Amino acid sequence: MSGTLTLNKITAQRGISVGDAAKKIADLGWNPSYVQEAMTFPTDYKIAKAPKDPMKQVLRSYFPMQEEKDNRVYGALDAALRGDMFRNVEPRWVEWMKLFLAIIPFPEISAARSMAMVGRLAPGEDLRTGFTMQMVDEFRHSTIQMNLKKWYMENYIDPAGFDITEEAFGKCYATTIGRQFGEGFITGDAITSANVYLTVVAETAFTNTLFVAMPSEAARNGDYALPTVFLSVQSDESRHIGNGHSMLMSMLKEPENHLLLERDMRYAFWQNHAIVDAAIGTFIEYGTTNRDKTKESYAEMWHRWIFEDYYRTYMLPLEKYGIKIHHDDVQTAWKRLTEKHYVHKVAQFFAVGWSANFWRIEAQTDKDFEWFEHKYPGWYAQFGDFWKWYEKLSHRGQTNILFNSDVGYVYPHRCWSCLVPCLIREDMVTGEIDGKLYTFAHELDRWTAVEAFAGEYQGRPTPAMGRFSGRREWESVYHNVDIADAIKDLGFVRTDGKTLVAQPHLRFDEKEMWTLDDVRGHILKSPLLTLREMSPADREKHLAEYRKGFTINPCN
Amino acid sequence: MTAVQSVPAKSGAAGAAVFPDSDSRKYRYFEPRSKRATHYEDVTVDVQPDPERYLLQDWIISFPNGKGAYTKDNTAALSSSWHAFRAPDQEWERTHYQRQSKIETMVQSVIANGRKSGAPKGFDKAWVKILQNHLGAWKHAEFGLGTSLMQAQRYGYTQMINNATLTNSSYKLRLAQDITLYLAEIGMDIPGFDDAAGKRAWLEDKGWQGTREAIESIMGSADYLEQYFATNIVFEPLVGELFRSGFLMQVGSPNGDFITPAVISAAEADYERNLANTIDLMHLLVTDNQHAAHNKKLFQGWVNKHVALAGKAATGLQPIWSQPHSKPVQYADVRAQSVERIKKILGELGLVLPKE
Repeated sequence: MSGTLTLNKITAQRGISVGDAAKKIADLGWNPSYVQEAMTFPTDYKIAKAPKDPMKQVLRSYFPMQEEKDNRVYGALDAALRGDMFRNVEPRWVEWMKLFLAIIPFPEISAARSMAMVGRLAPGEDLRTGFTMQMVDEFRHSTIQMNLKKWYMENYIDPAGFDITEEAFGKCYATTIGRQFGEGFITGDAITSANVYLTVVAETAFTNTLFVAMPSEAARNGDYALPTVFLSVQSDESRHIGNGHSMLMSMLKEPENHLLLERDMRYAFWQNHAIVDAAIGTFIEYGTTNRDKTKESYAEMWHRWIFEDYYRTYMLPLEKYGIKIHHDDVQTAWKRLTEKHYVHKVAQFFAVGWSANFWRIEAQTDKDFEWFEHKYPGWYAQFGDFWKWYEKLSHRGQTNILFNSDVGYVYPHRCWSCLVPCLIREDMVTGEIDGKLYTFAHELDRWTAVEAFAGEYQGRPTPAMGRFSGRREWESVYHNVDIADAIKDLGFVRTDGKTLVAQPHLRFDEKEMWTLDDVRGHILKSPLLTLREMSPADREKHLAEYRKGFTINPCN
Repeated sequence: MTAVQSVPAKSGAAGAAVFPDSDSRKYRYFEPRSKRATHYEDVTVDVQPDPERYLLQDWIISFPNGKGAYTKDNTAALSSSWHAFRAPDQEWERTHYQRQSKIETMVQSVIANGRKSGAPKGFDKAWVKILQNHLGAWKHAEFGLGTSLMQAQRYGYTQMINNATLTNSSYKLRLAQDITLYLAEIGMDIPGFDDAAGKRAWLEDKGWQGTREAIESIMGSADYLEQYFATNIVFEPLVGELFRSGFLMQVGSPNGDFITPAVISAAEADYERNLANTIDLMHLLVTDNQHAAHNKKLFQGWVNKHVALAGKAATGLQPIWSQPHSKPVQYADVRAQSVERIKKILGELGLVLPKE
């Protein structure tokens, strides 16, 4: 066939190679000599070696590629409506999307902003093209996710919660965990936040559970929209992983960075585990109605993607460059997910607080119990009665589970570092920052807040490092406030002025829906402020009791 | 019609049951600019929160100086309502990719068809030198603005400001790359074409140093709004449009080049959108019910500073107009047009062009 004349051969013209194109574009930058670029986001890292762009993509091919991906996404959303997707979707699942989609657009757009921070730190211009595309990608992710949420709001049976989404994000006791995640990308040392925390750990390790595992579960619940959007989002991540790795390799060249890298890998891995596993683990395990025993549990997926793929093939090889990897942290995280039932305790906490959130949480039932026990042996003994209580107390006229002393649940202390409460009670520790007492879910959380986020690390000044700030313990905002007044202040009330946005069931019937009057008369307390008010002896006694845990009373 | 069954709902679809807010199908936490929220507003407004909207716990991580992720003092401008701005171009991801993709397709088609017809070989020889040296230098100016705006999009107090800055950056960086690849491609068809000459000119030619200084001054500003203002209110009309519309687009064709004007034309349409966004934002600030006088004074200071730099840049470029064989336009005429243009822009904001 080689002698055949084809149209392609007639019209073909010499073009430039991908490598050449990338090289020429990387040469667009220069070292300013009239006015220096302002170094507005400082870092304690030293970066001397110019990172390379592993993807070598240029905007000429990038934009058409992304447009085509978009066309498929929006076409699929139209098809889902034509196919009457919402007739068959599982409301249990979509309700949790009110939380998930309230959180995720902010971390996404924060990632876009953070490209400004790393873009200026990297010497040379090679990787700037990669950062540019990531910036536009993240803009894509944020607005495509907002669009998906709007689409749910317009087509799902109960739009309440979607309709207040970004306001709710700023206020809820659960979204505060997501804010810790998103703010972590853009605040503090530019490399710690925008490179290690965001790209090297969150994107490289945890987007697999976020953007791959979750879509699979969505599809099992009749939701084809989320997989369409999020798998498209995930297809951009490989470029971001490349950016992060390239920058990391440049930093590894400088031995004086190694201590900081050890610190940041440790902080970023632990906090991603604490936050992402709490949220995504709950969505996947408790938002589903599919109890196929042959499918992987969240813990099994975590082992495959985080333990085998990330830890073994990404983190471990860093040791040969002289970075100390804390193997024990990975093992501890794994044990928290399996033996210590971390995800289940998070789901339990979210459920206890249902009245102060903005989505519906349905009780788990016998069918769910069987699956949980199969996947997480010992689950029923710890959580079975709780969910029976939850179902029993889901009817109006019952005492709100948050305040119902018959149940036996003890409201947890909040971790000052990851903002997930101290749910594995025996691991809870306390610590001091500037003479003030704080509570932490684990020793590594204490280390993060007290030692890592400080102006000095192991004797080395770290002037660029961020600080934990604000009213981090959500409960302290409503200390000594009636829950009904708090809910009203939060804006988590439907437009009739009385019906709660949140409901502890999926009964779409006004008669069954809780109102402010159904929850009024109970006072919220801040565990931290209460702890600080105690005498030293009482405090020690309280902490010892807390660490012993609690037992849910039998529910008959 | 039968009554809607409210219990039990057998479908998860809208309308399957009636209960409080079962019909609440609009985002109800922000005031749309018009009667109904646009799609752009729905996917943009309030995604970047702040303590006013709606961070109950304030920023929960801070920089070592105690400042949170976004603060109002990232610019010297003041506003009684940073949240009021809506970008007139209403750009969100889908419209952005559609537009950028169409431009890339158009640019590549023009270049491919031009090359197929052997057009670059027919370019006037003096014009080829101009493309090599001066368009080659200009791509760095566009890149500088793109990276400067990439930096700026980190600092604005609202999502609307930052996203408009981000898309502006994206347009500039696309153009810089388009020019780079265009020159590399026609360079393969033109014997002796020196692809590296443009950067040399940018760094060393006396005529380009004013432009480089103006660009580096924008890149070096630590005030994100000054970067956005200086780019679109000052540099673009006085230097950007001057060189693109006032030279490349008008002089190309008489010198045998129908490709360059098409490659550059997209940038002029980009600028119209970015200018509209910038004027709207600045207009809000110069008419602010509390800070109008402060902002006007500040902006006039920016005008004075960057007009002087842009004027120097334009003067430096003047000799280029006399280099082509065919000279359909005179520098003095296009310079007068660009001065008129900036006067109109400044007039929208109640600002004045300083006397040279």
